[in-house]
Amino acid sequence: MSSTTGASIVDQARDPLGNNTPQGDRASTGRLGDRLFGGTAKGAGVLVIALVTLTAVFLLSQALPALGKNGANFLTSTEWNVDGSNPRFGIANLLWVTVASSVIAMIIAVPVGVCVALFITQYSPPWLSQPAAGLIDLLAAVPSIVYGIWGAFVFGPHITGLQNVVNTLFGWLPFFGNETGGVSSSGTIFFIGIVLSIMVLPIVTALSREVFAQTPVTHKEGALALGATQWEMIRTAVLPFGKPGVISASMLGLGRALGETVAVLIILSSLANDTKWSWSVFNGGETFASKIANNAAEFDSPQKSGAFIAAGLVLFILTFVVNAIARVVIERRKAFSE
Amino acid sequence: MAKRIDVKDLNVFYGSFKAIEDVSMTVEPRSVTAFIGPSGCGKSTLLRTLNRMHEVIPGGRVEGSVRLDDADIYGSDVDPVAVRRTVGMVFQRPNPFPTMSIGDNVAAGLRLNGMKDKKILAEKIEASLRSANLWNEVKDRLSKPGAGLSGGQQQRLCIARAIAVAPQVLLMDEPCSALDPISTLAIEDLIGELKSTYTIVIVTHNMQQAARVSDRTGFFNLAATGKPGRLIEMDDTQKMFSNPTERTTEDYISGRFG
Ligand SMILES: Nc1ncnc2c1ncn2[C@@H]1O[C@H](COP(=O)(O)OP(=O)(O)O)[C@@H](O)[C@H]1O
Ligand SMILES: [Mg+2]
Repeated sequence: MSSTTGASIVDQARDPLGNNTPQGDRASTGRLGDRLFGGTAKGAGVLVIALVTLTAVFLLSQALPALGKNGANFLTSTEWNVDGSNPRFGIANLLWVTVASSVIAMIIAVPVGVCVALFITQYSPPWLSQPAAGLIDLLAAVPSIVYGIWGAFVFGPHITGLQNVVNTLFGWLPFFGNETGGVSSSGTIFFIGIVLSIMVLPIVTALSREVFAQTPVTHKEGALALGATQWEMIRTAVLPFGKPGVISASMLGLGRALGETVAVLIILSSLANDTKWSWSVFNGGETFASKIANNAAEFDSPQKSGAFIAAGLVLFILTFVVNAIARVVIERRKAFSE
Repeated sequence: MAKRIDVKDLNVFYGSFKAIEDVSMTVEPRSVTAFIGPSGCGKSTLLRTLNRMHEVIPGGRVEGSVRLDDADIYGSDVDPVAVRRTVGMVFQRPNPFPTMSIGDNVAAGLRLNGMKDKKILAEKIEASLRSANLWNEVKDRLSKPGAGLSGGQQQRLCIARAIAVAPQVLLMDEPCSALDPISTLAIEDLIGELKSTYTIVIVTHNMQQAARVSDRTGFFNLAATGKPGRLIEMDDTQKMFSNPTERTTEDYISGRFG
């Protein structure tokens, strides 16, 4: 196989059987540099896959014995007793609290972030949009716990009032009921959802701004020339162009919300072990991450740590599934995004 | 349908830079007017002032008047959005909306106007694509993305999109410069057909094209780089190409510069 970009002796020298030819996008020339780089890239790829696989195998091998001894249904039980010879534990509550708080965070953060990004890129005058863009990027680099603390202090004093309002208006929905009396507590899923939304807002905004700013001028002018108003232009050109980017940004934010530990640990009040199940977000609980962090001191026997590792595995899978769904959504529109 | 355009004492600016100076001209309805001239003399800029697209660019500013059948489109109570619905535009590079299907691209302007009726939309999509000589090529794949079409087909799709909203004037900025000769011919034929309905203004780099498609030709030039562009001469295309009044016009047309 000779190359079009210039044949070198190494192209021919070592290929008597016709395999070992450069593959990939076939732009490779088979020269030393290409082969070195190709080999390094391949090696790195294999290493990553191997690491993930080994991690999963390790976690599974730790979790399975504990799961085997589990007297309760791991997926549907709300109990968490990992001690003794008859452990009973399940993740139902952890899963619910994790998902509910993150969903609340995304419901607030994504629309607000998108609106701010739209304002900066489409509405604000140049003298404002330039510094604002830089500022948002800076804010996104600050550790989110800083916003968590700020949010907790600013909204903390008003949260029960807000919860009362939501409960009065939407109390007929099971999510906003008050059967546990949680409306007057500030350690609720609702509150941590709000705090999480503040924590992920900068990253969602920064990434959305980035993609909106890249909307090709030709698309925007195409819409304007058809007689679109500013908002109609945004709907026909900017939002469709930015959609995959906004989805990616949301997934990144969601990943942070799902895995956030310290803020949840500080704010959310945990429930007694035999608390009745409730769908209300005016209720305490623990997320996967906060549960594990809260009980780090308990990892003293393979059975106990195995139970927590099993919970961690579910978080792993949850994040994986969420990202896979996002991929599918983005891929499905790919034919329309040249 | 078609309207006359009267440009009077037009000066166009990008910030403090004056790109066009003292242009006055009349464009007759149901005719094709070509703008020719060397690169950078302000042809695109002038074209974009005719549907108020110029002011979309930060710092873009216009002095003077542009009248559509006696209505000043720069009047203080005129909405630029309304002007753009009356004066359609086709750009140099085909720019179908990438996230929309072929059919939705054509319907985009109609939808902006609030048209919802599926049946009427389908009729207008077909009629516009037929007028743009594209119907036979795309009728089986209206729901496929427009980006899958060839460059020439994409440009005709953009023309279909522009005429779907029934504008009075159609502006085209070098619509064939990114296309192969066969697609170019298809578009030139199309321009010939469309002029019975619309007032058409076309910017072109290609002198033969101007001679082939236009009824009148305006020649623009600038005294030196950094100086504003001016309209040197405007006349019937035949006269411009056989016996222009100005010396520079003749030099440009005979290929001595530009
Ligand atoms: N967006 C812009 N900002 C500033 N100056 C511009 C812009 N677009 C064009 N110009 C300037 O205006 C003049 C006319 O440009 P243009 O109308 O594009 O010329 P043509 O289409 O005849 O080649 C040129 O000097 C060009 O540099
Ligand atoms: Mg131009």
